[in-house]
Amino acid sequence: MPFDVPTLRKEFPTLQRDLDGHRLIYLDSAASSQTPVAVLDAMDRYYRWSRSNVHRGVYQLAEEATDLYEGARTKLATFVDADPRGIVFTKNATEACNLIAYSWVRRNLGPGDALLTTVMEHHANLVPFTYAAKDLGFEVRHITLTDDGQLDLDAARDLLADGRVRFVAVSHVSNVLGTINDVATIADMARAANPGAIIHADGTQAVPHLPVSFRDLGIDSYAITGHKMLGPTGIGALIARPELLDSMEPFLSGGDMIRDVTLDGATWNDIPHKFEAGTPMIAEAAGLGAAVDMLTELGMDQIRAHERELTGQLIDALAGINDVTVHGPRDLDVRGGAVSFEVAGVHPHDVGAMLSSTGVCVRVGHHCCKPLMKCLGSNATARASVHVYNDADDLPPLVEGIEAARSFFAR
Amino acid sequence: MSMEDLYQEIILDHYRKPKNRAPALDNEDVHVHHSNPLCGDEMDLRVRVVDGNLDAVVFDGEGCSISQASASAMTQAVIGRELKDGLELAEDFRLMMHGDEPSRADDLLDGVAFQGVSKFPVRVKCALLGWMALRDAIETYQSGASAHSVTHDD
Repeated sequence: MPFDVPTLRKEFPTLQRDLDGHRLIYLDSAASSQTPVAVLDAMDRYYRWSRSNVHRGVYQLAEEATDLYEGARTKLATFVDADPRGIVFTKNATEACNLIAYSWVRRNLGPGDALLTTVMEHHANLVPFTYAAKDLGFEVRHITLTDDGQLDLDAARDLLADGRVRFVAVSHVSNVLGTINDVATIADMARAANPGAIIHADGTQAVPHLPVSFRDLGIDSYAITGHKMLGPTGIGALIARPELLDSMEPFLSGGDMIRDVTLDGATWNDIPHKFEAGTPMIAEAAGLGAAVDMLTELGMDQIRAHERELTGQLIDALAGINDVTVHGPRDLDVRGGAVSFEVAGVHPHDVGAMLSSTGVCVRVGHHCCKPLMKCLGSNATARASVHVYNDADDLPPLVEGIEAARSFFAR
Repeated sequence: MSMEDLYQEIILDHYRKPKNRAPALDNEDVHVHHSNPLCGDEMDLRVRVVDGNLDAVVFDGEGCSISQASASAMTQAVIGRELKDGLELAEDFRLMMHGDEPSRADDLLDGVAFQGVSKFPVRVKCALLGWMALRDAIETYQSGASAHSVTHDD
């Protein structure tokens, strides 16, 4: 598929809308991406043609449904270079983080142990662990930031030095600063300090935008969500080393995750099914499989190259406006396409409302990263974020809207 | 929905030149702090009560134009009123934000300009922040306390 954005845009029904005469300009893919026709068709086809449950029927429809569901697992495994037995479907990345928090952290950490995370985490990759720490009495440590919004690895080394850190939770790409964190190096550092440490990363903002190899990252588990990678809402995954999953107890229990059940007990199914209790999200898996096909066809290297260039243009455009401050690294090699900014004297909500009136969609608020907002000395920011269907044509309306907000609200 | 429906000139005036905005109040009787984590708004409201009346009301904080302007307009509308009357006016404003015609439009003064905000559901909480802080301040005072902190979760 040639990387031609105007042609590609035609695949996304929502992007054909206009709002009060303005072309819809969607710059909020870090919150949720748009959905291409191929994904809608895959879900529709399941409901119209193969509608049945998975893993039990012996008739043709059930086999088709099972193939769709397990086929999506295989596609995703290939896409992120992981073992399909290590792919557990969840409803989103938050559930994936909770799975590892409940089935590993809560069963292994206690007083005297420490968990290392960062100040830039999304609440999904922070709260499940601070909540566990409160219940179990282990310590939580935080890697701080350098001046340009990267993780301070010298600080991380100090935090690891006493060898008490047994679990690390770090985002692969920040949803606020755009920073691409060197997860593999952090994993090496953590294991050098404590060979048994388990390393978990939040890949929510990475997998839709960068080529990712779970094997090359050298970590133990990785959370992703479908709805930011052109897929539907309602499906995500925990990607983990199969040996780790094998050693873990289930998170949720019930149907489909069992091998044998008696009135007073049960034994567990093989991984990954052990962690997928109940009827799963079959249509959503079919949709996610189609999204993976589209991303694969476009090529993650090409997507990264396109977004890297566009992110540079976006940062330059924003930084060129008077009174606008752009957060996060300027080095495009270590940054993805989520760009947070503030307009002096104009609250982000007012910036967002002004942009909305001309069809430009940006996110405003704390982006589910309250501790990071505190580090930035701010209550809220506006954020523009790009994906495959954005190009340089989307930038002038953004700049004009911010200029309009500046003159409208000037005190 | 036009920007002018939301941002009336009178609202922008209050935003640019807020009334009764101050970080402290001499002889204050109550100080309440209200925050809305969803949008990061923070509001401090301080009240001095003399002979059962709202003798002085000042606000300070951080937030969008709607929240700051509404708090400014609120102070002008309630200073000098009896506590009970302040509560009633706050209720009138709250109902207006949920689509009712205000029954005391004249008493709300510039507060009436916020009627258009009711057409923007996500911004209603912004306009209400100062008024809800006032209601809380009066109720806190009536309960005999001098400080209260509230986190709004919608």
